[in-house]
Amino acid sequence: MLSKYIKSIGQYFIMIYDTFKRMTKTSELRRLILQEIDDLIISSLGIVVFISFFIGAVIAIQTALNFSNPFVPRSLIGFAARQSIILEFAPTFVSIIMAGKVGSYITSSIGTMRVSEQIDALEVMGINSLNYLVFPKIIAMCLFPFVIAISMFIGIIGAYIASVYGGYLNADQFITGLQEDFVPFQIFYAFLKSFIFALILATVPSFHGYYMKGGSLEVGHAATTSFVWTSVIIIFMNYFITQLLLS
Amino acid sequence: MIKVTDLHKSFDDLDVLKGVNAEFEKGKTNLIIGQSGSGKTVFLKCLLGLLIPDSGSIEYNGKAYKHFSKDEKREISKQMGMVFQGGALFDSMTVEENVMFPLKMLTKMSKQEMKNRVEEVLDRVNLKETNHKLPSEISGGMQKRVSIARAIVNKPNFLFCDEPNSGLDPRTASVIDNLIQEITHENDITTVINTHDMNSVFEIGENIIYLEHGVKAWEGNKDNIYKTDNQKLIDFVYASNLFQKVRVAQREGL
Repeated sequence: MLSKYIKSIGQYFIMIYDTFKRMTKTSELRRLILQEIDDLIISSLGIVVFISFFIGAVIAIQTALNFSNPFVPRSLIGFAARQSIILEFAPTFVSIIMAGKVGSYITSSIGTMRVSEQIDALEVMGINSLNYLVFPKIIAMCLFPFVIAISMFIGIIGAYIASVYGGYLNADQFITGLQEDFVPFQIFYAFLKSFIFALILATVPSFHGYYMKGGSLEVGHAATTSFVWTSVIIIFMNYFITQLLLS
Repeated sequence: MIKVTDLHKSFDDLDVLKGVNAEFEKGKTNLIIGQSGSGKTVFLKCLLGLLIPDSGSIEYNGKAYKHFSKDEKREISKQMGMVFQGGALFDSMTVEENVMFPLKMLTKMSKQEMKNRVEEVLDRVNLKETNHKLPSEISGGMQKRVSIARAIVNKPNFLFCDEPNSGLDPRTASVIDNLIQEITHENDITTVINTHDMNSVFEIGENIIYLEHGVKAWEGNKDNIYKTDNQKLIDFVYASNLFQKVRVAQREGL
């Protein structure tokens, strides 16, 4: 069992190494990258905006309802919403949501190509199938921190609307809380971990799709396994990066 | 020409190929036949370079693959065309884009030159006015013909086909067989076909290799397959009542 995991980890790093070998023709690569940006980034914006807005709103309401002490300044609602959204919700939880959406799309699309011998067809033509399939996804996912930036912005807007229009505090108190004790390094931390999560989101599902065996039923199984492992790795890396940069 | 010497391939403890020797001549349709699990697909994948043999050698035009430099390996793969069992067409591309794909990726042709070449090969496989259709919008037989068109668009020296007529009705299967044979003769290329289909054996088998449990058990052509005394080959080829009757008729000179 352990040797199987060690073998898989080794195979994963060999896959990443092979992805950067024997590059595909530039004109085709450009087209593939633009296609992947559309499939992985642009098409995810809708769900990210929707979830971020409502989670931001819920964070603000929950915080307001739990600060019942009159000696606690109401501006803390803005402060708590900012910290929760920027430090954890946007980078980590949006990444886990994306592991479900983008990750299963990547695994199932590559897995279907494996099952229907399309990957073998690429290899027979002398094309590095890993470079052709995985490299454009890695490059496209480098734009993932922009999605996180949008999530942060929309989350704070949601928190503002819910708390101000819900009557928990006024706009000035929210803005004061939002600006209180602002540490710019925390933004760097959030974007750095978003970037690392983006690489995990592009490569772990690709690994599960590329090396899958079996038929169409196994494609579904691989997509589920890929989601589980991508989430586990993101959560573990979240702890590791936080311990490294913030403690 | 492809020459295979003492080819061995195993997976974990399972020996799939146990010292296969074979020669596939240029301008001939070379068939590999054998029961499921006899090692045909593994053998074909070794010829294509998709699997690395444990030992033995595969020579392409007199030079062993294992002695090829990286550039030579890439060059030889450009000279190969493959027709996969399921077609292996790219689902998201139209028929035209599928056939154009090897040209786009491997050559420096202009767009017009590529379009002309695609028209030419689609015409050759009798597929007209399907250029803008997706693979899912055409029949299984048409998909196989698109797959053949994609395999030959780059003018390969070696054409490999893995069960090219599986899942097709006998008439379409015969059309596909004849098409592959005609292309082989016209372009004087080395064609290796992996098949289960006895109609193919009797129609286009110019050189036939029978694999059994990973070893070559018989070699000949469609004419001397009737006269063979190899009992295992007889059991395999004449498994159906129809072919038994054909054999009896052949032997009795009817």
